Amino acid sequence: MKSKLPFYLVIFGLILVGICVAWHRHIYLKVPFKPGMDKSVWLIEARIDFAAYGKPVKVNLDLPDHPPGFTMVSEQAASTGYGFSIIESPEGRRGEWTKREANGSQTIYYKVQVVEDPEVQTLIRFKKNPKPKKIYWDLLQSVAAHQLVEQAYDKSSTPLSFTRELVKLISSPEPDQNASLLLSDYSLTNLLMMLLNHAGIPARLSMGLELEDARRYQSLKPVLEIFYEKKWTGINPETGIEGFPDNMLLWHREGKSVIDVTGGRDSEIRFSMLKQTLPAIDLARLQFEQNGFSKLNLYSLPIEEQSVFKLLLLLPVGALIVTFMRIIIGIRTSGTFMPVLIALSFLQTQLFQGISAFVSIVALGLMLRGYLSKLNLLMVARISTLIVLVIFLTSLISVIGYELGFQMGLTLTFFPMIIIAWTIERMSILWEEEGSREVFVQGLGSLCVAIIAYICMDMDIIRHFTFNFPETHLIILAFILMMGQYTGYKLTELKRFGDIRKDF
Amino acid sequence: MWILPSVLRQYGILGMNRRNVSYISRYNMRSRYPLVDDKLKTKLLAEKFKLSTPKLRGVIRYQYETAFFSEMVQNLDGFAVKPSKGSGGKGILVIKGREDELFIKTSGRKVDISHVKRHLSNILAGLYSLAGVPDSIIIEDLIRPSKMFEQLSYDGVPDIRFIIFKGYPVMAMLRLSTRASDGKANLHQGAVGVGLDIASGKGLHAIQYSKRVYNHPDTGLGLDKIEVPDWKNLLLLAAKSYEMTKLGYVGADLVVDRNQGAMLLELNARPGLSIQAANGTGLIPRLKIIESIDPDLYFTPEERVEFSMKTFSSALNIA
Repeated sequence: MKSKLPFYLVIFGLILVGICVAWHRHIYLKVPFKPGMDKSVWLIEARIDFAAYGKPVKVNLDLPDHPPGFTMVSEQAASTGYGFSIIESPEGRRGEWTKREANGSQTIYYKVQVVEDPEVQTLIRFKKNPKPKKIYWDLLQSVAAHQLVEQAYDKSSTPLSFTRELVKLISSPEPDQNASLLLSDYSLTNLLMMLLNHAGIPARLSMGLELEDARRYQSLKPVLEIFYEKKWTGINPETGIEGFPDNMLLWHREGKSVIDVTGGRDSEIRFSMLKQTLPAIDLARLQFEQNGFSKLNLYSLPIEEQSVFKLLLLLPVGALIVTFMRIIIGIRTSGTFMPVLIALSFLQTQLFQGISAFVSIVALGLMLRGYLSKLNLLMVARISTLIVLVIFLTSLISVIGYELGFQMGLTLTFFPMIIIAWTIERMSILWEEEGSREVFVQGLGSLCVAIIAYICMDMDIIRHFTFNFPETHLIILAFILMMGQYTGYKLTELKRFGDIRKDF
Repeated sequence: MWILPSVLRQYGILGMNRRNVSYISRYNMRSRYPLVDDKLKTKLLAEKFKLSTPKLRGVIRYQYETAFFSEMVQNLDGFAVKPSKGSGGKGILVIKGREDELFIKTSGRKVDISHVKRHLSNILAGLYSLAGVPDSIIIEDLIRPSKMFEQLSYDGVPDIRFIIFKGYPVMAMLRLSTRASDGKANLHQGAVGVGLDIASGKGLHAIQYSKRVYNHPDTGLGLDKIEVPDWKNLLLLAAKSYEMTKLGYVGADLVVDRNQGAMLLELNARPGLSIQAANGTGLIPRLKIIESIDPDLYFTPEERVEFSMKTFSSALNIA
């Protein structure tokens, strides 16, 4: 018999290295062991794509300038071959990238790290109070606008209460004739801005970024602001309440455009963002002196990749749970790692919606598959048919869900369609061969494992460790290896052989 | 219902993890798996080693060949269609006779040629194969169980499963289909498993759905009265499969045909564990005894069978 010593040494080594590296990271790099101990740091990346055609290129991007509610920690403009400078003009802060000659598709990144800080107020850069903009209407509109402003004016006393009354008039479920006439031409936010200016209250549309963890391909959203008591105040266009929405970073407030590109065309700007839990003091340090060990973390990747990794690094946890459930507990699942993929999609859809959508898709799929088996199709064609049907069912459930008011439509696309199609196929064969009982046993088993994996992968502490301490995965690996050598009984075997020798 | 792990260990019950780590992956060479996973290969190999097996009547490898199926089985009254890489008895279609253009299944249901052809293309597409890979089809003679076996079972053919460890038969079980198992000899579908004494082929202990039973639920036959005839020959046939595959830990499935006698049906490189429940005893003590034999010595199948019959006799009760 082979000696198992080297094997255990490897296991021990993995765990030791994992713990030591994590400890080192904690002590020297001050990465906290507990999540949420520090202020959350948002890492935001703007990516500008455009096509250049061999001429001098100038890209001018409006940069956030003391956005209310946030402190900027650091900013970086990484783009090879481009000169970069920040210009502080009366129109606000703008970043300018320049290059003598550029050809083909170009990508420019601008990264900024901000910390939430409710104390921060808008910096006043101007001496004079801004004047309301002059608004031009056509004949019909001008009467309607005038009447609306009159109505609101009669019921209010201050600019704020005026705004509230105006919002009430416009965004009521059944707006009156004047309001509906104007709303048919302008969006709600835009219309409010115009009416406020019309009534002599300075108002403007700023562009803000909604901060949500691990989002990619986001764009800026309009935010309504009015000038009141010597400062710009945000207004919720649905309710008329003052204040900026939570987690809204105001990016573009003054000046004409968010981005100007000369010497290029088809420019597009997209934002990615990520929430990190690094102490603010270290952020700056990590940004500027990246040497040796501190380079060995995932923060140095572009944010787009980081958000992918945040999810990817949860997979080993799921794999660990599947290993445990199958080797130690002995739960039967249909498809070994199907539950992990399902759990991963539950992370996007939320548990309850996820389970109900999954169960209904599989149940409906099984019914349709029952009909398919009568058609005498070749297997590959049958599974391809199932894939089409599953996608069709998913869209159907999304639409129905949306009509019923569940906002799960888009997130359902995270379901692994092909895996679900295979699951349906396997379950249906299982049904024909082993009966419905086995289908329920395996279906329930899969769902249980998926839910347990989901609960673990959704825990803050686990998400925190897998991403901020990548060495945790060495420990997970050691556990998986160790279970691979487990020769004891499975929990379910204690029941399976439970009646042995009772009366022998 | 539930049992403590320490009690299971005391009985010497082999669990799935231990089977996989300590026996299958240690004694079964990966490169030789295809010999048993592919029934066609097993069959050809068995013919080469002169081990009796149901006669091969035809092989279908490609979809277009299904068109010639009718000609292939023209002269056969009864036959079995099997996926070459199937597992757990899945995808096996047994035709026991004909009536005009129709085929009669063992259940008595009559099916037409299009039904059979659909089944054939399902097999070829890999529906029943272990990894879902494209498969080929074996057509072989129908097994007609001997009178003695026929009355034991409700529908279907009883088979005998041996665990062969390093060429030594260590445990045996007779599988009888029941009404509940729908003519199939799968224990988890409700077939009855009867543990057999390695020394004599006599029934020792029987289970259905892992519960002890004394009589066959459909035929009412007393299961402890079973005595498999020509027992030593069966053991020998099973033991000889070791020379053929060189796999250390296999399950060998044998049947007894009315005319041909004992025949090797198939081999399984990952044999199930229910045989222990059927025998009411664990495999571990027996496997330990075989492991303690000096691996440098060679024994003939006859010597190995002698050894097993002497050592694992129920009279000695080693566990």
